[in-house]
Amino acid sequence: MNQVITLLAAVLAGAAPLVIASMGATLSERAGVVNLSLDGTILLGAMAGFGVALSTGNLALGFGMAALVGALVALVLAYLSLTLGQSQTAVGFVLALLCTELSSFLGAPFVRVSGPAVPFAPIPLLAEIPLLGPLLFRHDAVIYASMLLVPLSWWFLFRTRAGLTIRALGERPQAAYARGVPVVPLRYLATIAGGALVGLAGAAYSLDLKQGWSYRHTFGAGWIALAIVIFGGWRPWRVALGCYLFAALEILALRSQSALPGAPTQVFQVAPFALMIVVLALVNLAGSPALARRIAALPPPLREPLRRLVARIAAPPPAALGQPFERP
Amino acid sequence: MEASEMSTQPGPAAERPATRARGRRAGAILLPLAGALGLTTLALLSAGVSPLAAYRILVFGAFSSPTRFSDMVMLAAPLLLCATGLTLTFGAGLYNLGVEGQLALGAIAAMLPLRLWPELPPPFLWALCFVCAAGGGALWALLAAGLRLGAGVNEIFAGLGLNFLASGLALFLVLGPWRRTGSASMSGTELLARELWLPTLGTLRLAPIAPALALLALAVAWWVLARTHWGLELRAVGLNRAAADRLGTPANRRTAEAMAACGALAGMAGAIQVLGVFHQLIPNISSGVGLLGLLVALLVRANPAWVLPVAVAFASFTVGSVQLPLTLGVDSSIAGVLQGALVLFALLARGLSRRGS
Repeated sequence: MNQVITLLAAVLAGAAPLVIASMGATLSERAGVVNLSLDGTILLGAMAGFGVALSTGNLALGFGMAALVGALVALVLAYLSLTLGQSQTAVGFVLALLCTELSSFLGAPFVRVSGPAVPFAPIPLLAEIPLLGPLLFRHDAVIYASMLLVPLSWWFLFRTRAGLTIRALGERPQAAYARGVPVVPLRYLATIAGGALVGLAGAAYSLDLKQGWSYRHTFGAGWIALAIVIFGGWRPWRVALGCYLFAALEILALRSQSALPGAPTQVFQVAPFALMIVVLALVNLAGSPALARRIAALPPPLREPLRRLVARIAAPPPAALGQPFERP
Repeated sequence: MEASEMSTQPGPAAERPATRARGRRAGAILLPLAGALGLTTLALLSAGVSPLAAYRILVFGAFSSPTRFSDMVMLAAPLLLCATGLTLTFGAGLYNLGVEGQLALGAIAAMLPLRLWPELPPPFLWALCFVCAAGGGALWALLAAGLRLGAGVNEIFAGLGLNFLASGLALFLVLGPWRRTGSASMSGTELLARELWLPTLGTLRLAPIAPALALLALAVAWWVLARTHWGLELRAVGLNRAAADRLGTPANRRTAEAMAACGALAGMAGAIQVLGVFHQLIPNISSGVGLLGLLVALLVRANPAWVLPVAVAFASFTVGSVQLPLTLGVDSSIAGVLQGALVLFALLARGLSRRGS
């Protein structure tokens, strides 16, 4: 039992940066903007956060810098795509590469330097609760924040008026505009706020979960986060579930690797990406009209449960995701 | 779209249209250059090196000696092949991020005849390698196309996932079945026998077949896109998929064909990496050539006429930057910063001109 709890606690901790980044991506994509630069932004945030924390000795400044970097990259994306009408995909992809190279170049002095790290901070009293204590309350501030971010994102997007407006930007921007919502300024806001979270996720790596800095320090985390958002159907709880499943798989892969010493490490490193393709295909197929037609042709006792199952797996994207907004 | 349609600022009304068009064209080139140099200079200054010294190496380093020039050509050739293929997929409106994996699979496929029939006469063997490589790359691209058309997986994620899978496969082969005699090494498979390397100019590393093949591919792609019915249909699909479909163009078919063609060209780039550059299979066989090709294709906006000069310029930045750590003590990734910034500011210039007109 203790082992299971330790494993689950490791999953909650290991997924923290992914959770933070994917909540940021969920926010901006709910507003209709795809920030494809995630992978580069996380790297640049990780590098900048580590660099600032190292030179000032102040962790908060490091995280602040990382958020600022993420927000700035998102601002560039928003300006080029929302104001100047360039393709979000093109701009995001170029920013991903540019930020990656910038992080390698500017981060060269910090490679394999040991620096400050977020201190372990068990919560008094709560940490003593059997089972739940070691699972939830013996972590550090970053991990607590990542766990709080999930219900917070859900509450904001689905239980507040502002969240409803954000979702309207992603689903029916024309209708929102007709009701007096300033579509483009609010899309800017959501993109920049989401970008700041993505930057913070970078610092969560370099100052906490994967301390320090090295060349391409976070190995594809941003692309994984983007795929998890699709898997999660842009719904915070399911996105978080995706992050935790992914972290669990990574940990299991690492453990089974020591059980199978013959197999090369890097094969385990790429396994999650194969899974990513299969899962995305499943999620997309579940939402396809062809499958719906085929289920409708089945005998009734099979039809209903299958339809319900498929409806649970399917996850349609916001209708206006990635689309430019033209004033009517 | 032509460069003449773009402008950076709406000129005064009194200006004659011809001057204005020239001003726009200049703006479309000058703004990206100035912006990219500005950003790169900032990065260089923050690293504490003289920007001028760094630019001298970045821009002219590749032309400073015959050896470096050969390296540049041997990078430009696979880069040209990838960028050429990508003009086709961009023409069809696709972001084929899977080009890296297509190159890697081409390299792996090129290894097959080399391992199976090493005693064949080299010219036959090379031809066979290129055919296998094209097939391997096309197969990997068709997988991405199938995922996109059959299962609705965005080609960006399908491509990325397949990239990681291809690099995993290369790694598995290098460390497993194709490992060197003695001990497995991350550094690659056994070097090819000398007579199987593509023939070079004297003692230089320049194998003329590689650039010749790349130029041929570029010419054919330009002709196909601009002068054939197939190219017209492809561009129609790229501009408006639904409309093209309704007017009787088989959109899915054209999309898959463009992907397969791009994959085949990327696969041939992989064969060049094996036969002419590394002379072995290494885990990171693509070395980022595919992603660089995407930047080139984005910068030239699927216009084949510009592919050659841009690919040569990008290849010379990368080759030049290799000397930076030794001479100035800074990381070579500044070449990537310059390349990325050029494309970013080109997008900015396009956006500003769109707004101005």
